[in-house]
Amino acid sequence: MKRKSIAQKIGFAALGACMGANILFLGTILFFIGVKGLGAINWAFLTQAPRDSMTAGGVAPAIVGTLYLTLGAILFALPLGVACAVYLTEYSPKGWIVNVLRISINNLAGVPSVVFGLFGLTVFVKYMGFGVSILSGSLTLGILALPVIISASQEALVAVPQSIREASLALGATQWETIRKVVLPAALPGILTGVILSVGRVAGETAPILFTAAAFYLKGYPDSVFSEVMALPYHIYALMTEGTHPEEQTRIAYASSLLLLGLVLSVSMLAIWLRQRQRKAYHA
Amino acid sequence: MNRRKERFIKYLFTAVAFSSLAFLVGIILVLFKEALPIFKTVSPSAFLLGTSWYPTAEPPEFGILPLIVASLWVTAGALVICVPLGVGSALYLHELAGNKQRAVLKPVIEILASVPSIVYGFFGMVVLAPFLQTALDLPIGLTAFTTSLILGVMATPTVASIAEDALSYVPRSFREASFAVGADRWQTLTKVIIPAAGSGISTAVILGMSRAIGETMTVLMVAGGSAIIPESIFDPVRPMTAAIAAEMGEAPVGSDHYHALFAIALILFLITFAFNVAAELISRRYRLKLGQAR
Repeated sequence: MKRKSIAQKIGFAALGACMGANILFLGTILFFIGVKGLGAINWAFLTQAPRDSMTAGGVAPAIVGTLYLTLGAILFALPLGVACAVYLTEYSPKGWIVNVLRISINNLAGVPSVVFGLFGLTVFVKYMGFGVSILSGSLTLGILALPVIISASQEALVAVPQSIREASLALGATQWETIRKVVLPAALPGILTGVILSVGRVAGETAPILFTAAAFYLKGYPDSVFSEVMALPYHIYALMTEGTHPEEQTRIAYASSLLLLGLVLSVSMLAIWLRQRQRKAYHA
Repeated sequence: MNRRKERFIKYLFTAVAFSSLAFLVGIILVLFKEALPIFKTVSPSAFLLGTSWYPTAEPPEFGILPLIVASLWVTAGALVICVPLGVGSALYLHELAGNKQRAVLKPVIEILASVPSIVYGFFGMVVLAPFLQTALDLPIGLTAFTTSLILGVMATPTVASIAEDALSYVPRSFREASFAVGADRWQTLTKVIIPAAGSGISTAVILGMSRAIGETMTVLMVAGGSAIIPESIFDPVRPMTAAIAAEMGEAPVGSDHYHALFAIALILFLITFAFNVAAELISRRYRLKLGQAR
């Protein structure tokens, strides 16, 4: 057995420190936002509308708005994303088509979120005339969620064993029947995990809704898909940059941040946990 | 009859599958269409190299060099943090962590990656900036330095998870061969594994960079917002994304200012597009080299 070199000891310690830094970052953020935010969260905060020019009351309309926007985005992106993944894995198109589509999906995933906002502003708000609305915001967020849903669905579809496709085809089922009745049901848990993952991503996005959906303050709740809407992430931004009562607003922003963080992180943790369970199941 | 239905369904899927390409092309078209009118007012070189950004002054000045410099400046600062930390974490996960540790640490990195950027921005504004201002005795806390710190933390999980992927492609046999000729674990890591995964790791760095330069809410809240070419890392700056997000609400539709903001977005898009294509090309070559082409 060779004696461990000093370089190795120092090197491994440095790698450990790098990993430790991640835990430290996460801990620090959770600690500061948790400690200051927790004091301001109560039932009234979750269920009431803001009052007294944003210095009192709750954030209920912003919570509802974020739910609408997220739901809308998923409703738009899910069918498109799953269909795209089905095409890529089941209909196995020619090599160059796969390459073109993969490159465009990867690049779409790398587009800065504010650029999605500008696209939504030009196309949905102005050109299609939806105005600053839930609809415009949902469509914009949906395009942003599309790459996440496609890659998760692809992973789920690829994991379905080839043998059960062949079994179905051998029984005389057509390709579409095989996809609809055999492959998709088997891939469903994995696809759902992708949906949950994209919910976490979409719910926390701010830049794409800045010019397409969000309003700082609205009386009451939205009544149609063409209404402007309050949203939790935008609410935090607005509290910190507008208004005239910085101290009160910061307190509410802490609570809103904790709420958003809790929402997004629990959704992501659920997705991570489900995915780990599924990967184990595939390998078993 | 049945065959016709099958063919119809296949065409339907083909059409829908091209939606992501359509959106990407749509984004490019929109950016060009809304950006180009500004070059009737300002020449491209005056736009790119002009040092004064006073879009609402009379007469307005549209020189975006301060914004470009600010973006590159904070991104470079972020890289100094996220490259060592991200690659180091990936190496730790790949080399040192046992199964039990990995089961905890990988989710920690994913969770860090899923913290919304607005929360990072808020944290930077109310916790980090005041802290740095007191600790370093600065006139203001919202500076390029503060922004780089936060962006570095944000990009670390991106770099870590992609680099870890790259490491997992390195065949076991490389490691065994290295041990067989008497190298210890550290030598194996630095002389065999890291060089073998080199281009995969550079993909991770490029994508981390792409993430940092395109980040919007954080820089909008933390960078300080002044559109001057920074002289020190403790100057407030206004990166490209922050200018777009802060000013689009006030720019009248169809005005020079409006088109100028789209032109900034176009440049930003082209930068991240180039990064992503580079990452794609490098990672494809990398998998071929290691015999893992898919």
